[in-house]
Amino acid sequence: MKTDLLFDFTVDKAAQTVYINREFDAPQSLVWDAFTKPEIIDQWWAPKPYASKTKFMNFEVGGRRFYAMVSPDGQERWALQRYTSISPKTNFKMYNTFADQDENPELPGSEWDFKFSEHNGTTIVSVTIYNESLARMERMIEMGFKEGYALQMKNLEELLATLSQK
Amino acid sequence: MEVRRDVFQAIADPTRRAIITLIAIQAMPPNALAEHFNTSRQAVSKHIQILTECELVKQDQQGREIYYSLQIEKMKEVDQWINQFRKIWETRFNQLDKVLSTMKKNKK
Repeated sequence: MKTDLLFDFTVDKAAQTVYINREFDAPQSLVWDAFTKPEIIDQWWAPKPYASKTKFMNFEVGGRRFYAMVSPDGQERWALQRYTSISPKTNFKMYNTFADQDENPELPGSEWDFKFSEHNGTTIVSVTIYNESLARMERMIEMGFKEGYALQMKNLEELLATLSQK
Repeated sequence: MEVRRDVFQAIADPTRRAIITLIAIQAMPPNALAEHFNTSRQAVSKHIQILTECELVKQDQQGREIYYSLQIEKMKEVDQWINQFRKIWETRFNQLDKVLSTMKKNKK
């Protein structure tokens, strides 16, 4: 198995955008399935010990995925994703917002762009996440890593909320 | 409302980011710094004051001139924050590696 797989991660705070490039030792069609089929996404999307729970997912333009990150003590943080563009096997875009358990979105959100390309049997996935606010960017972190960082994050959340009101 | 003063406040403004970039290369007196900007000297001075309050800029007296220099250590706080985010994606994608490996085996 290939071990020297590419992983780039860049945050452009001025542009409020995160860029992630990652190479996978698998053909493009398989990687595409892993990003677009709920039963597979739920196996890897949440960083352990969190779990990803997809309530519903209609992978089509205008369709939505409603899912929760579930903490080890059972706390659920919901998010809604609406697919805005799909080119099978090569690209899809979605608009992501946090939500309450009744599917009410909490604005602002973020725009996600996933690109897939295969090179000699490995697949490169390029993710671009544009956040409508810096506070939003911080919440994305909080969603995955609440425990341990709770206090630090709370301070930061307040701070970024203040900044974004300018 | 209490005024926020830390590194995130410091980098939230484009002029302050430009000042940080300039003094990261070399310490500068106020006049030399102000020449790089189209805004008024007072505006630049106000940004310097905020950067100082955020503990990102230090002032040193050298002869008759004051020099502003960057507190590099303080900038690491931004790094730490970004690293947490990076870590999520690292973990997530390492998990995906395993899932893909299983999918490949099942296909054979």
